[in-house]
Amino acid sequence: MPEGKKQEFWRWDESNWKDPDIDWKDAKYITVGIDVGSVSSQAVIMTDGQIYAYANMRTGFDSPNSARNVLNFALKATDMPEERMDYCVGTGYGRVNVPFADRSITEIACHARGANFIYGPEVRTVLDVGGQDIKAMQCDEKGKVTNFLMNDKCAAGTGRGMEVFADLLGIPITEVGERSFQIDEEPPAVSNTCVVYAKSEATGLLRKGWSTEQVLAAYCRAMAERIYSLVERMGVIPEFAITGGMAKNRGVIDRLMAKIGLDPMKTKWDTQIAGAVGAALFGYALCLKGKGRKK
Amino acid sequence: MLANYGYTDGSGDYFITIDTDKCNGCGECVSACPAGVLEVLDDDPNDPLREEPVAVVGTNKRNKLKYECNPCKPSIGRPPLPCIEACKAGAISHSW
Amino acid sequence: MITVGIDCGAKNTKTVVLKDGEIIAKTSIPTGFDQKKAINESLEKVLQSAGITAGQVDKIGGTGTGLKSIDMADVEVNEIKAMAKAGNYFFQSARTVADVGAEEGRVVKLDEKANVVDFAINERCAAGAGAFIEAMARALEVDLEEMGALALKSNKQIPMNAQCVIFAESEVVGLIHANTNKEDISKAIHDAMASRIVSMIRRVGVNKDVVMLGGVGRNPGFVEAMRRELNLDKIYIPEEPEFGAAVGAALVAAEKV
Repeated sequence: MPEGKKQEFWRWDESNWKDPDIDWKDAKYITVGIDVGSVSSQAVIMTDGQIYAYANMRTGFDSPNSARNVLNFALKATDMPEERMDYCVGTGYGRVNVPFADRSITEIACHARGANFIYGPEVRTVLDVGGQDIKAMQCDEKGKVTNFLMNDKCAAGTGRGMEVFADLLGIPITEVGERSFQIDEEPPAVSNTCVVYAKSEATGLLRKGWSTEQVLAAYCRAMAERIYSLVERMGVIPEFAITGGMAKNRGVIDRLMAKIGLDPMKTKWDTQIAGAVGAALFGYALCLKGKGRKK
Repeated sequence: MLANYGYTDGSGDYFITIDTDKCNGCGECVSACPAGVLEVLDDDPNDPLREEPVAVVGTNKRNKLKYECNPCKPSIGRPPLPCIEACKAGAISHSW
Repeated sequence: MITVGIDCGAKNTKTVVLKDGEIIAKTSIPTGFDQKKAINESLEKVLQSAGITAGQVDKIGGTGTGLKSIDMADVEVNEIKAMAKAGNYFFQSARTVADVGAEEGRVVKLDEKANVVDFAINERCAAGAGAFIEAMARALEVDLEEMGALALKSNKQIPMNAQCVIFAESEVVGLIHANTNKEDISKAIHDAMASRIVSMIRRVGVNKDVVMLGGVGRNPGFVEAMRRELNLDKIYIPEEPEFGAAVGAALVAAEKV
């Protein structure tokens, strides 16, 4: 670590991507989904319902401009002009996140639809753990929501809760999963649900001689139990899929799936783009109904 | 669709569930609730394809349900909840 | 008759000595991570301050989060009962007592004899306790002791959406970035906190006179926000409200002598 640079343990990599085999000029309908979350934002560009390009970046404090920034980041990977967009759907945390969208649709509807695309029509239960919320959804084979439950009041179990701990323990967030399994025996979960109290409890454990990895494991376990109880309240129907940033955290997800007793579905796509994919798909459905922008 | 509005925190689980298959958007629950927790919307934000109005828990209320619903839930001698009584379709339930 | 009340709280351990119904000494020290150490130190200190020896104490009452660590307690007092006794001790007209500490907020409804009629507890969630204001003070980069006075300088009404300490921190940082001034933010913080405590009070019913105990009672911004939300002329607070539960424990111990 360079001298004088404060390490930001919560930072993960921002990225953009384009499919090298798709040429946007061949597409009939180009639709864009933009998901502005409290912590991260994604833009997905679809050509006739296929993923053409996308971008994933931190929302930061400038959320009114986040939509613009992430769309620009996605377009940068392509040579497509923005005016070629036929429809734009905005989604995400809060009310109006995407000022230039043709329509706003809630995250619940978009995540279920997006999960159906990136995981396949067998998915029936979707869990999304994002920066500041936990969403559990049940859907049918078309990705339509039949049951949902969302918690965005309490940080316990969310990405922010994990970031607070990564920071406390001085572990980069991308290493949390692996480090949490570098233990001889699985410790009991941290007893406090509340992140603020769990933090004090963790400090006490470190003082008692627990290793960083043991405390991390105890917290990941507590987070898994917390998410589990929410998901159980709604009910789990196979197949089960996970979207959102937390899907990348093995430390929590492996422990959670052990409790649920299922193997989660796999995808080649970045799990954080599910919401934006669903949004872009709703845009495509609306274009097919003749509601696209006039040229 | 079962819409579960609310949250869990360190002190408990607080959810109001609205069964949108049963709800017809009549709005009786809205008038019955003294805390203004419920609203009726023409478009279901979670079901873009629904044609009927639907009852929802207000966005600015759902993270305070424990606090908002407190007056209707005294510790002793709790009467039937006004929102549940008002709904003829039986679409509303509380988790606490 | 001499009794001692020890309240081992999440943040501080408070101890009082009661002699024939009068408080003759009190101490408060940080609990830290070693509850037993803090309890022993606190007891030693308060006995010294009172000028008495342990042998002269008739009974010791213990209460608080760390009750199980108070080995020398003759009487285990539950916090709700301690609050009711203390409220009545300081103000005979007390009928509703709210005790907001570092990690827990509690409300008790009592009768004229200090019997508990009803109660509500907001536990295990930092948003309902002093930890909320503490964390917000850090986010605002203001000393905790100054938060209240800062809030009193504002008369704006900015709603806070977040109902969680962690999310509220982000919200406060967002407000700072939007150039909202600190007085207004501080007031919003106290209003948000007060509305949660008041809703607990409404659950047991607002009966005058309303008394506040607990460390957060020292915060004038919070007390004013509560008073406003409850629409009362006055909320009654003893001079050092953080000793409420310890006093209650000492009073209950005295009843068992």
